[in-house]
Amino acid sequence: MMNVKVLFFGSLRERLGLASTTITLPANALTVADLRDHLTMQGAGWMALAQTKNLRAAVNQKMATMDLTIVDGDEIAFFPPVTGG
Amino acid sequence: MPVSVQTADFDAGKEIAALYADAQDVGAVASFVGVVRQSSSSPQPSPAREEGASSLILEHYPGMTEAALAAIVTEANARWHLHKVRVIHRVGSLQIGEQIVFVGVAAAHRGEAFTACEFIMDYLKTQAPFWKKEETAAGGRWVDARDADDAAAARWS
Repeated sequence: MMNVKVLFFGSLRERLGLASTTITLPANALTVADLRDHLTMQGAGWMALAQTKNLRAAVNQKMATMDLTIVDGDEIAFFPPVTGG
Repeated sequence: MPVSVQTADFDAGKEIAALYADAQDVGAVASFVGVVRQSSSSPQPSPAREEGASSLILEHYPGMTEAALAAIVTEANARWHLHKVRVIHRVGSLQIGEQIVFVGVAAAHRGEAFTACEFIMDYLKTQAPFWKKEETAAGGRWVDARDADDAAAARWS
């Protein structure tokens, strides 16, 4: 088991109605994609996470690919492609 | 600090002057100022444009945003010989016509100053966690990322 902090930004945060939460995952050393899939299986309220086009992620405040391994205590963020500048 | 994320406006002239104030070997300062325009979205007519977006809200990821901008400056310093770099990005509510981003680069010669300035903006567009939302009379609309920005960043890799 592991606990991770999960953050959401932009249109995804708005559609989920959630900026941050703590999630307990059934195993350690899963990937970012595993976390995304775990969340989207929690019910219709998580539909926006599955529907976000070109979903991006960060692990411990660095851009990350979906196959990156996450461990207990990590901070993972999900968001749509960035639009600054 | 070479990097600032702030709600306050900035004075581009003062920022440029500070880039070479203490320098003996700076021959060039290149700078870029981004301004909030009518519609930040796709080239197709958008609902926001038709309804006339009146302002933007800039959301960011506190902590990561500063780190991402600092990493871009570090990468620019690794690629070119630069005297000083300054990046300012505003967040919060911004009106059309307001300054949103400043990038300034001081170097010995104009080539590296121009190039590094463009590199920093291209990377900022795709790597720094900011999200724009247009506010219109009919409600808010999140701005979509542009493929052209990915292409612009990819040419540096």
